[in-house]
Amino acid sequence: MFSALRSQLRTLWTILQHTFSRAETVPYPEQQPYLAPRYRGRIVLTNDPDGQERCVACNLCAVACPVDCIALQQGVKQDGRWYPEFFRINFSRCILCGMCEEACPTNAIQLTPDFEMCEYERSSMVYEKEHLQIDGTGKYHDYSFYRVAGLAIAGKDKGEAQNEAPPVDVKSLLP
Amino acid sequence: MSELGTVTFGLLLIAAAVGGAAVLTWFERRLLGIWQDRYGPDRLGPLGIGQVVADMLKLLTKDDWVPPFSDRFVFVFAPTAIVVAMLLGFAVVPFAPQLYVLDINIGLLFFLGMTSLAVYSVLLGGLASNNKYALLGGLRSAAQMVSYEVFMGLSLMGVVMLTGSFSLRAIVEAQRDLWYCVPQVLGLFTFLIAGIAESHRLPFDLPEAEHELTAGFHTEYGGMKFAMFMLGEYLGLILISCMITTLFFGGWLGPWLPPLLWFCLKTFALICFFVLLRGAIPRPRYDQLMTLGWKYMLPLTLLNLVLTGALALLLEGQRHV
Repeated sequence: MFSALRSQLRTLWTILQHTFSRAETVPYPEQQPYLAPRYRGRIVLTNDPDGQERCVACNLCAVACPVDCIALQQGVKQDGRWYPEFFRINFSRCILCGMCEEACPTNAIQLTPDFEMCEYERSSMVYEKEHLQIDGTGKYHDYSFYRVAGLAIAGKDKGEAQNEAPPVDVKSLLP
Repeated sequence: MSELGTVTFGLLLIAAAVGGAAVLTWFERRLLGIWQDRYGPDRLGPLGIGQVVADMLKLLTKDDWVPPFSDRFVFVFAPTAIVVAMLLGFAVVPFAPQLYVLDINIGLLFFLGMTSLAVYSVLLGGLASNNKYALLGGLRSAAQMVSYEVFMGLSLMGVVMLTGSFSLRAIVEAQRDLWYCVPQVLGLFTFLIAGIAESHRLPFDLPEAEHELTAGFHTEYGGMKFAMFMLGEYLGLILISCMITTLFFGGWLGPWLPPLLWFCLKTFALICFFVLLRGAIPRPRYDQLMTLGWKYMLPLTLLNLVLTGALALLLEGQRHV
């Protein structure tokens, strides 16, 4: 009985001491919270360091997406580069899980620290490629997929990529 | 006071009590916020006081729905009963030497009767809703009333014994030398707990119990009828604070400041204490509540009664010698 009473009184005293401690709340619209650079917010498509789009329309992001909110169609340019003819993300479905970013082999699709995407109409939440594409390189400034990949494009033939040996002529006996 | 003066003061008192209860809804949330390291409602108007108006507008514009399966008359009557009973309870509170509506020689009994009537509201509301949760809430309320009403009255008998009167003004006047919170500390303790239980405040809000009974007795209530229950609860809180001030903390007595201000300050401090109780102490289990009432509080009250009786006799004897 007395220990219970003491415990209750101690609780009261502890709570009373909180009169002088600061509120943890961040008054949001006036004071913006700190968002880490790797925060998972609005999705963007990024460019190579030389300014060409990174996305090769491999569809891995669409496959990885647990809510199937990504839709895209592959096309091939004159110089041999692959690119998405359209790229559509339905943000009213997107759960910002970041699995597309993990799946992406070219670092094209990236999540940004921006979550303020309120709209009055649901159709406004469907972002097309021109809404998603940004001019910069996002989080990875030096990476360029075509410089390390084996695919031949105009101006870079087979075997000319970084860390890639020239192709072996399998029909020749010479070393 | 003249007849007209009494009526005017009565109307002013009703306005002040209802307004105070409305502001208290906001004030309590701000205070709880401070104690829980957050802000509470601080968006509307200075310090967020506009929240009161916003809440009221919202409740007024809600659909005034009566469930078709309920007992219609009782369902509508129940929320009114609590507000009326609590407001009537204010009639006997002496706010200052000349500021009161009613000075009857059984003021204390009148107060006890009115707060007990308020329990009917909860009971009837729970019963008339024809809902399982509401019925459980009403049931708990009945059991709580039975356990706590007993020693609520008894805990005040010490005060009556020392004063020799049931009149609240006489009780305040008798505290001129020493507030009753010192000789009647046991009575204060037990009355405080009974008061919380009586007004269904948080440590003893078992009839309501949001997370077990959704909202207990007012599960089926919405709009203004729900607001009436809330109003009744906050009026009860103010009334209990007023009564504790009157009975144990010397009412309007105090140096320098005007009597009414002293009364308001003491009541305000007690309200803050009740909010602190809500913020700090978890709700006990049902059987724990009953155990506390019957096995600890009632014997404690009886002990207080015996000790006070002895003290009163001793003082009486010394006076005659």
